[in-house]
Amino acid sequence: MTEASAILAHFTLLLGMPPLLLGVINKTKAWFAGRNGPPLLQPYYDLARLFRKEMVFSETTTWMFRAGPLVTLAGVLLAGLLLPLGAFDAPVRFSGDLVLFAYLLALGRFFTTAAALDTGSAFEGMGAAREVSFACFAEAALFTAFVVLVRYSGSLSLTPMLHAPALGALHGLPGAALFLVAVALFVVLLAESSRIPIDDPNTHLELTMIHEVMVLDHSGPLLGMVLYGAAVKLFLLSALLLHLVLPITLGDARLDGPLFIAGMLALAVGIGVVESAMARLRLRYVPSLLIAAVVLCAFGFVLTLA
Amino acid sequence: MIGVPSSLLVALLAALSIGVSGVPGCLWRRSAAAGQPTAIALHMVGSALGFASLALFALEADLPNLSLGRLPVGELAFALDGLSALFLVPILVVSTLGSIYGSSYWSEREHPDSGRKLRFWWGLITAAMIGVVLARDAVLFLLAWEVMALSAFFLIGTEEERPEVRRASWVYLVATHAGTLCLLGFFALLVDTTGSFALWPSLEMESAGSRWLATGLFGLGMAGFGLKAGLMPLHLWLPGAHANAPSHVSALLSGVMLKTGVYGVIRVCGLLPEPPLWWGGALVAAGCLSGVLGIAFAVAQQDLKRLLAYSSIENIGVITIGIGLAVIGRSLGEPDLVALGLGGALLHVLNHSLFKPLLFLAAGNVLHATGTRQLSALGGLARTMPRTFLLFVVGGVAICGLPPLNGFVSEWLLYIGLLRAAASRGGSGWPWASLAVPALAMIGALAVAAFVKAIGIAFGGAPRSPAAARAHDPARSMLAPMFALASACLAIGLLPRFSLPLLRSAIAGWDPVLGSAGAPIGELVPLAWISGAGAALIVAIALLAAGIQRRLSAPATVPTWDCAYAQPAPRMQYGAASFSETLEKLFAWALRPRIATPASTDPFPGRSEFRHDARDAVLEGVVQPAFRAVERHFSRARVLQRGPVHMYLLYVFLTIVLLLMVAR
Repeated sequence: MTEASAILAHFTLLLGMPPLLLGVINKTKAWFAGRNGPPLLQPYYDLARLFRKEMVFSETTTWMFRAGPLVTLAGVLLAGLLLPLGAFDAPVRFSGDLVLFAYLLALGRFFTTAAALDTGSAFEGMGAAREVSFACFAEAALFTAFVVLVRYSGSLSLTPMLHAPALGALHGLPGAALFLVAVALFVVLLAESSRIPIDDPNTHLELTMIHEVMVLDHSGPLLGMVLYGAAVKLFLLSALLLHLVLPITLGDARLDGPLFIAGMLALAVGIGVVESAMARLRLRYVPSLLIAAVVLCAFGFVLTLA
Repeated sequence: MIGVPSSLLVALLAALSIGVSGVPGCLWRRSAAAGQPTAIALHMVGSALGFASLALFALEADLPNLSLGRLPVGELAFALDGLSALFLVPILVVSTLGSIYGSSYWSEREHPDSGRKLRFWWGLITAAMIGVVLARDAVLFLLAWEVMALSAFFLIGTEEERPEVRRASWVYLVATHAGTLCLLGFFALLVDTTGSFALWPSLEMESAGSRWLATGLFGLGMAGFGLKAGLMPLHLWLPGAHANAPSHVSALLSGVMLKTGVYGVIRVCGLLPEPPLWWGGALVAAGCLSGVLGIAFAVAQQDLKRLLAYSSIENIGVITIGIGLAVIGRSLGEPDLVALGLGGALLHVLNHSLFKPLLFLAAGNVLHATGTRQLSALGGLARTMPRTFLLFVVGGVAICGLPPLNGFVSEWLLYIGLLRAAASRGGSGWPWASLAVPALAMIGALAVAAFVKAIGIAFGGAPRSPAAARAHDPARSMLAPMFALASACLAIGLLPRFSLPLLRSAIAGWDPVLGSAGAPIGELVPLAWISGAGAALIVAIALLAAGIQRRLSAPATVPTWDCAYAQPAPRMQYGAASFSETLEKLFAWALRPRIATPASTDPFPGRSEFRHDARDAVLEGVVQPAFRAVERHFSRARVLQRGPVHMYLLYVFLTIVLLLMVAR
């Protein structure tokens, strides 16, 4: 495959696939509950509907409220250009891009929470407080995982780091270390994209929400950007995790593409299974779960010393 | 003049002009209004001279020292090298912009008395800081250091009629003299080792006995300079002093004076050509501790300026991590780690001296307009003070180390250096580096929590007090210096390349061998990609906004949806204490906040009060009880302290006689 068509494929996957993951998760949950559930493509219909709508703004809000979804979406989309998808290299790769990747996601968090507080709603303040508090441990877990991966691959750029042959080790100490890191990254994925057991995207009680409650006041295209941005974030963290749980390349672009898509869909089914099988944790136990993720990564790091 | 470095002479002239800038105003009659413009003009002339000297420095190579004469002990020796030049930049920029800001913030008209004093000490502290970075003689250094420390004491005590100001400046005075005591020991040991007062020597330490000497030098230097820099747990003077000084003084203290402590730490670490590895490890560990706990304290604060003060402790921690990495690189002989560690640390010194003054000046605008620093009395300022809000957001994004602003660039350099060290399997620097990476990540996330809290509670939502509802943006002369600082933050964030020459000469000045041995920073890290990413981010945001531009500019017509509450009131908004509650509980082992929650037992509870006191655990939990215990046990010694001056002269005389007897 030529460079141009690879970049085109990357953009198509990055822009087009994220809502499908949400559809698969919802379908899985519906299957567990014995329902038919919404159509697989429902998230796309929702987004299309939102982008056609007008917007309503609160009198309390300022430009920060409008900037929140814009900056967040721009940040996650740029972060998507740094991450290799399956066997395909990222379009943009340079030494140290993994830090930029994490910080672009953090920029989104800064503006989402600031926009939430801009409305003056007590509920949105609650969500923002939870988001910034839990992120401290999620961030530490993510970077400890990066340290382990950097030590195994010797590279500071996401593409060579995640494509390093060492990541294919399924046995011995490296296999064990990567397993621990993968489990920790799965927890980070659930926390950062607001899934059960950290947050319940479908709960009816605002008092217990994290992500959904921060965007109560957003409407129309801005709400669409929020939902789409959250889906892209889920897609990116899943793609990051997929490198660890499915470190296989078939060497042929015609096979690797479908393999990546199949892997991502399987991961979405996995998230759906977790959501169906577990209840949401009480909020006071969420930090413990995330600290456990940091500790798992730290154990993984200890194994790299051998 | 042949053989005399012209850049150094110009720099000394600059110090002179700045140092006397406040003097005319003190000599003229009180009614004369010319004192303030004269002070600003002299300050700006000095600052222009200072930048001229930096330009000359870039052209001259290999500068000799300049001696202006001898002191009774020591010598008036000065020199300008890369490290001194780099520290001159924040001193000149922040003091000049601060003096312009001060002309409205602390105007002659509103504060005729304290304003004159403030301008006098303002000029003197700036000149003294220039002296500190240029001095090349131990006695001269200590003189400049003391002038700086005492000027800061008088600046902090500008509003001496308020008891909490007097208390804060008193704590500062005790702390700074404890630091000076350590520095006296440090320089005595240094002069004893080298046999000369000249700074900054390169020591050769081979024997086993000299290892103890080096450890002593390191310990004393770290304690003395760490107290000034505000490294946790030596930060105890910092929050009170920064919160109670006038805001532009807080900006100068936090943006520049703390950096003289950093300058000292860097010089101490440069004393040995091959420092022991544990120096670097200790610095990295101290930096992580200071960074994580500093910002955790910041999250818990209810006072806007105290929050900013604790975040300075965090930033000093980040800088110290970088210095530690450079020391690790130096002891392992790896030039790349030296370049990335010290380069990141020094760029963070520059960056912090841009965004922290910006934030303190914005806090000054808030204080000026509302009369309060308490977050729980603010709110809604984004609508009433839109320009201050924009500037505070720029400062907040920058200080959290987020792209596309300057804070990201320096933290990114540190991450790359730390990850490189962590990846090396052969060397022995990896344990420290691996510890610092998650710590730095956690610092970044906690900084987001702290600054989203400051922005969201103070500026977002609806006003929580009438004063906040009546607030307005200040005069242009207060906003202009802030816009200058904000543009500099954006410029370094988008074009970090232009800061490289300054960094390179500073690194070469610190480590002549390794500093110029490896590849320059520009080749170690792809800075062009960072510029590209920053620009792409801004373009992407603009494109998304343009896509829904018409609907985005729809007028605001409805109240905030408060989940079907019919009449939401401003007091029902999420407050400062509730926002940080989760993190405060998680860090309660270090923060030790005093929280009094009302117990409601009655079915119809009456009035009750919730109290939250984010006190400083070190100052109020450890140091003050210790001082009180000392006071209790040594109260008998008060007979010596009766007040008459001739008695004290007698004590001095007796002490000298005693010392002469011992020394023989």
